[in-house]
Amino acid sequence: MSETEAAIHGSGAMMEGSPYAIPSRKLTMWLFLISDAVTFGAFLFAYGYLRYASTDWPTPFKFSPSILNVIIMTFVLITSSLTMLGAVDAAKLGDKGKTTRFMWSTIFLGALFAALHIREWFGLIHEGVRMFSNPWGSSLFGATFFSITGLHLLHVISGVIALTVVWRGYTRGTLTAGHVETTGLYWHFVDLVWMFVVPLVYLLNIQR
Amino acid sequence: MTEKTSVTAPSTSSNVIAKYLPVYFVLLGIAALEVFLAYRNFSTGTLLVIFLALAVCGAALALMHFMHLAQERPSLFLSLIPATIFVLIMMNMIWTDSNRLLHMKPFAH
Repeated sequence: MSETEAAIHGSGAMMEGSPYAIPSRKLTMWLFLISDAVTFGAFLFAYGYLRYASTDWPTPFKFSPSILNVIIMTFVLITSSLTMLGAVDAAKLGDKGKTTRFMWSTIFLGALFAALHIREWFGLIHEGVRMFSNPWGSSLFGATFFSITGLHLLHVISGVIALTVVWRGYTRGTLTAGHVETTGLYWHFVDLVWMFVVPLVYLLNIQR
Repeated sequence: MTEKTSVTAPSTSSNVIAKYLPVYFVLLGIAALEVFLAYRNFSTGTLLVIFLALAVCGAALALMHFMHLAQERPSLFLSLIPATIFVLIMMNMIWTDSNRLLHMKPFAH
């Protein structure tokens, strides 16, 4: 009995099938992503709260290098979602060569995103931004900026590691296409969160 | 039990990338539009509303197409998404407090 059939009908006479008709692993990932979405939501709401409550909130992001860097990072991350879709599809078709190419493209793009992000951080740190101080205004700017982008960066780095581990397991035959798909869900979620981080954290704080 | 298949059927198309290219370009377009609007003369409040609306559209596209939620049973969507939106909306309760801080009235009602 396949994993899909087991999810729909149950794997035995005494087992009820999943009401969602998906494997437990995938449902678990969905539940994790929902809780993660709420965590990011709380961070973004806290940022909005502090920004609104501060009269001297800094708007330090120049088009070059910050916003230009963010544009490149966004392009890289959305493109990595596309290559991840290719990896999931190739894994389902059992094409290990194609899966490897797509997964390593995703891993490379994820690592590139992380490198660009760290470069952005160093740029701000060089300008004097710290967790609880900066040269421009509200001292909470650094705390919210580094917390939100740091949490996202942590997710990207975790995703790159997870993709590498899953790729290794898949090519060795210890992990399945289902594992690739579940990791793909996580990767797309990282992309989804970035869609909120860019406008709220960067574009609302551009230097005019 | 072998684990060779998953719920979402693999594409019969030889090039799955082409299938998702329209969504990909829309997401890039949304990101470009956000950058463009950021440099227009809108108030911060107006920009916030526009950005949130665009981000929700982008997130919905990613959720339904990239994450294949549109291809799952509706029960999965109904179990996950409304509850998440409800929790996020409930976080709005803090806004009145931020307004109180803005006016430096820590004990005001």
